[in-house]
Amino acid sequence: MNLLTPDLGLVVWTSIAFLMLVFLLSKFAWKPILQTLKIREESIDEALKAAELAREEMGELKADNEKLLVKAREEREQLLRDASKAASMIKEEAKTDAEVITKRMMEDAKAGIEAEKQSALAEVRSQVANLSVEIAEKIIRKNLENDKAQKALVDEFLNDKSFN
Amino acid sequence: MTSLFAKGRKTFKNLAVILFFIAAPVLIASASSSEESADEKFSPSEMIMHHIQDTHEFHIGGKLAMPLPVILWTEHGLDVFMSGGFYHNEDNTITTSKGSYVLQHEKIYYAGEHSEDGHSARPLDFSITRNVFSLLLSFAFIAWIFISIANSYKKRGTAAPKGMQSFFEPIIIYVRDEIVKPNVGEKKYAKYLPYLLTLFFFIWINNMIGLVPFFPGGSNLSGNIAFTFTLSILTFLIVQFSANKGYWKHIFWMPGVPIPVRFILAPIELLGTVSKAFALMIRLFANISGGHIVVLSLASMVFMFKSYVVGGVVAPFILFIMVLELMVAAIQAYVFTLLTSLFIGMAVAEDDHH
Repeated sequence: MNLLTPDLGLVVWTSIAFLMLVFLLSKFAWKPILQTLKIREESIDEALKAAELAREEMGELKADNEKLLVKAREEREQLLRDASKAASMIKEEAKTDAEVITKRMMEDAKAGIEAEKQSALAEVRSQVANLSVEIAEKIIRKNLENDKAQKALVDEFLNDKSFN
Repeated sequence: MTSLFAKGRKTFKNLAVILFFIAAPVLIASASSSEESADEKFSPSEMIMHHIQDTHEFHIGGKLAMPLPVILWTEHGLDVFMSGGFYHNEDNTITTSKGSYVLQHEKIYYAGEHSEDGHSARPLDFSITRNVFSLLLSFAFIAWIFISIANSYKKRGTAAPKGMQSFFEPIIIYVRDEIVKPNVGEKKYAKYLPYLLTLFFFIWINNMIGLVPFFPGGSNLSGNIAFTFTLSILTFLIVQFSANKGYWKHIFWMPGVPIPVRFILAPIELLGTVSKAFALMIRLFANISGGHIVVLSLASMVFMFKSYVVGGVVAPFILFIMVLELMVAAIQAYVFTLLTSLFIGMAVAEDDHH
């Protein structure tokens, strides 16, 4: 039964040692340790939350970028469309201008040709008139010799000068 | 393949070294005891009881022992002297200026007045016994460990733990998050945490010191009933003093049962408050003392059979039990702390389920 009866001396010593240890460690060990652990856990918590927030912001930023990109693409397409429209318009204008110019040139040319023709005809007319005068002169000279000769001469001239 | 083989060989070598260190004291002791056995027969139960109980000197090995101071509160006041005389003098008697004392079965009596029936007068004994010596040692050790850890926390701030810090930090966090917080309750745990942390490490480290097979370890402090008695009394007091109205109501006037049953339940519940602490006391005492007794019984077989072969056979068994005891040391500290937190939690629980 000696084993099962607590010895007063050891009870007293254990109480003193243990309670002193509780006091000492509470004050000099557990307080700083637990405080530091708490602060560390809080800072880890905060860091995790901040990371989560940053990720969300990144996501938002990415979405914004996507939107901007889509808008830019649309603008580019619009610009391209406008440009091609303008180009085709310019082409059309150039075409009509060219047509107008060609038409005018053709008309000018036609007018020129007509004028040349008129002048040529006038010259022909004058030459015919001169020839007629010459023929008449020669006929008149032959007529002075004999009638037969005058007549042969007229025929000869007429054979030589055939109008075309 | 070769490295695996080499590793296996190394492990085997380590195991052999450990076995040697465990077996060596047993073998040497068996060799030396054979000389003494001529005049006195080896009694295992006496040897085991001597080890399990407290003594006034610290036996180191062979004939070497460290005398310890004896502190007595006698009829003539305080008397302090060294214990050596109790073991070397004739009749185990020491005489000082204030009186003369005799040591019988590790209990100090007034010399002369001692009678064989054991009812003689005793002075109050506050001696530094082997267990008190071990207690003071563990006090210094624990204080040193945790205050130096606390200093490295102060120095390093919230940086990652290093060295001893990184060994104890997970244990501290485990005690806080797995033992104290869920059992005491989220709101009130902080108040009890320093006490419960100290309790856990106090029991654990004293259990471990008790397992060291040579000086200055090996004393059965945490398996001593006075030690477990003190700790469970403290648990009991803390529980009763932190108990709220709901707790006392559940003891004296149990809600939700018929009135006659309440009269029967009150004494049972009241007894329950004591029996919880009593169970704590017996559990730690029996587990730690039991472990010591098993190891010593196995070692005693070598002395009884006086054979090296038995020593060789018993050594692995002792190793196995020692490893088991290392686990028990931690488990018992865990259980004591867990139950204390649980009892505190029951005492401070918010009465919200009615």
